[in-house]
Amino acid sequence: MEYFLQQLINGVTLGSIYGLIAIGYTMVFGIIGMVNFAHGDVFMLSTFIALIFLLALTQVLGFASLALALIIVLVLGMLLTSLWAWAIERLAYRPLRGSFRLAPLISAIGMSIFLSNLVQVTQGPRNKPVPSFLTTVLTLREGETYTVTLSYKQILIVAVTALLLVAFWYLVQWTSLGRAQRACEQDRRMAALLGIDVDRTISLTFVMGAALAAVAGLLFMIYYGVVSFADGFVPGVKAFTAAVLGGIGSLPGAVLGGLLIGLIETLWSAYFSIDYKDVATFSILAITLVFLPSGLLGKPEVEKV
Amino acid sequence: MAIAREPAAASDGAMRSLTAAIVDALGTALIALGLAVPILALRTEQNMFNELILQPRWGYVAVAVAAAFAARLFYLLFAAVRPRARPRSALPGTAGTVAARTFAGIGLAALVSYPLIALALTGKAGAIKWIDNFGIQIMIYIMLGWGLNIVVGLAGLLDLGYVAFYAVGAYSSALLAQTFGLSFWICLPLAGILAALWGILLGFPVLRLRGDYLAIVTLAFGEIIRLILINWVPVTGGYAGISGIPRPTLLGLPFNASDEGFAAYFNIEFSPVHRAIFLFYVILALALLTNWVTLRLRRLPIGRAWEALREDEIACRSLGINTTNTKLTAFAIGAGFGGFAGSFFAARQGFISPESFTFMESAIVLAIVVLGGMGSQIGVAIAAVAMIGGTEILRELDWLRRIFGPEFEPTQYRMLLFGLAMVLVMIWKPRGLISSRMPSIFLHQRRRVRGELVKEGHG
Repeated sequence: MEYFLQQLINGVTLGSIYGLIAIGYTMVFGIIGMVNFAHGDVFMLSTFIALIFLLALTQVLGFASLALALIIVLVLGMLLTSLWAWAIERLAYRPLRGSFRLAPLISAIGMSIFLSNLVQVTQGPRNKPVPSFLTTVLTLREGETYTVTLSYKQILIVAVTALLLVAFWYLVQWTSLGRAQRACEQDRRMAALLGIDVDRTISLTFVMGAALAAVAGLLFMIYYGVVSFADGFVPGVKAFTAAVLGGIGSLPGAVLGGLLIGLIETLWSAYFSIDYKDVATFSILAITLVFLPSGLLGKPEVEKV
Repeated sequence: MAIAREPAAASDGAMRSLTAAIVDALGTALIALGLAVPILALRTEQNMFNELILQPRWGYVAVAVAAAFAARLFYLLFAAVRPRARPRSALPGTAGTVAARTFAGIGLAALVSYPLIALALTGKAGAIKWIDNFGIQIMIYIMLGWGLNIVVGLAGLLDLGYVAFYAVGAYSSALLAQTFGLSFWICLPLAGILAALWGILLGFPVLRLRGDYLAIVTLAFGEIIRLILINWVPVTGGYAGISGIPRPTLLGLPFNASDEGFAAYFNIEFSPVHRAIFLFYVILALALLTNWVTLRLRRLPIGRAWEALREDEIACRSLGINTTNTKLTAFAIGAGFGGFAGSFFAARQGFISPESFTFMESAIVLAIVVLGGMGSQIGVAIAAVAMIGGTEILRELDWLRRIFGPEFEPTQYRMLLFGLAMVLVMIWKPRGLISSRMPSIFLHQRRRVRGELVKEGHG
């Protein structure tokens, strides 16, 4: 029982990170119907940006307050990751809008290869161990054989995710930007006729997805304590699985999917086999797409002939 | 936001447009600065206490920013004012055919004579590298590209997990050879058949899926197979892979220095280059077989059904085409050729491990097919030569070290440039390098059609 509770806590923490990345996939797919393959690598890039700023602040500038340093890293990370996503959209995707459907996909795969290799070349291929901090662990419940713990890191991750989701929800539901975005999602041409700058809205969608991925990147770095140039693909696919499972195009679905994938992965590793945990995720991806293509919360796609 | 503005027409005086261009380019440079900091400016290095420290490298940032400024300025001043070239419309039928035939003939002659030319130019010792690293490597990708072209280009089924069949071919060939002691020439067809079976097996669940979803599910299948290869250690050897796979023989003559070897039999001096040349012709023959089968199949009812399926699945169904069988044969035949290529790969390397069958390989093969122009056999070959040959040639650029210093390693930029090239080619020619198609069936006159008129398939 204690063991299960612990896995539940770990799963929710992991799932929050996946959910944050999944929003980027789901929004972009919702608005331009494209699988943004490079999103996982944008996330990976953001872990490096976070790491570098953290080192610069604590080592070079000698910040004493960790909380202040983390907040500055978060803001700078979100800004620069968004800038990357904006530039990628502008250079690699926008010229291909309205072109044939495979072109943006290939361009995105090329961008994904480019980004992971850029980080490999500029930062080196080795894993980067992050200086450990925030190591306090609370003991929730002591069982006879197993002790359930909750670390400050996990509290931070879940709290930041929840806070951001509320802010993001407000942005999408109640601001004019969110309205414009939802309008573009429903009908891009009609939105353009009504005076919405579609290109700008799409750019901002990429920027918002990247900003959330940057938060996920910082949290990922804090949680795992190690970053690597190769960490874009697998978390990216898992987050995409989360988006698909929740129903692609649906924001609550992405979060729900993220939490489910986090839980499934953790419980699978805990009770079955840690070697095959990625097989579990990929199988869920395939099974969902084959049997439930609209996901848990998505709207079924009606095909017009 | 400066980058988003298109330059006004150059009628307002050159001076004003120059100033505007410089301001615009400065904006681009500023964005480049934002992109380059921190990823380029500060490199994380481990010191001897295993702690991360930052190494500033502002010189690289300056170069990147200057390059972005220059590129944008150049684009604004020279490239943007030039009127956009219209895509070439349909060429008159016969001229195009003759040109294509001639070109195909020249290409074929170049491929057949390639090892001999390499041998003549670089001698026995130098030729191995050129035949093995360049020739055979490129031919493997041409063959994979042609195999995938059946699935993606003809049937319009977007497959991002093609490497799975390559892996199935390689592993089944290696395991058959190790367990039953079969020779390469028996393993080759068996590997192809097994891969085709896997193509049908994996094709069944995805029959209902279309487009991007199909791509993602095939990607998932490819990854699952790779993960199983890694984790099923008793059979596959896990990360260690399988080694000691027997090399192909020429009618029983092995390519080694023994008395029964090829060199001894023909009374010539033994040289490892013989095997390289032999392997080159084997893969050339396999690739040409793929091409020939594809060209013939396009004329058969099944090939026409594939192309009809690519154009419109619903119309296909209403015309009574069995889409299930059509899709499954496309998967099976494409996978079969992937299996042949895998079997050849295993025999050529003598060693295989899951590292060779990552998603990256699928992405490269799909990129070759799309960059070449989906459905165009010559286009795929050109794309494979350009992309694989182009990145392989980086291994030869040692003179760059004299410019950039001894630590400069051109090969680490291989995939970086590959990714960049994928993006650039897509922007330059979204329909691929060969963007016209020769229809398989026609009403009155056989004439080329523009690539834009060909559907990319939704099934």
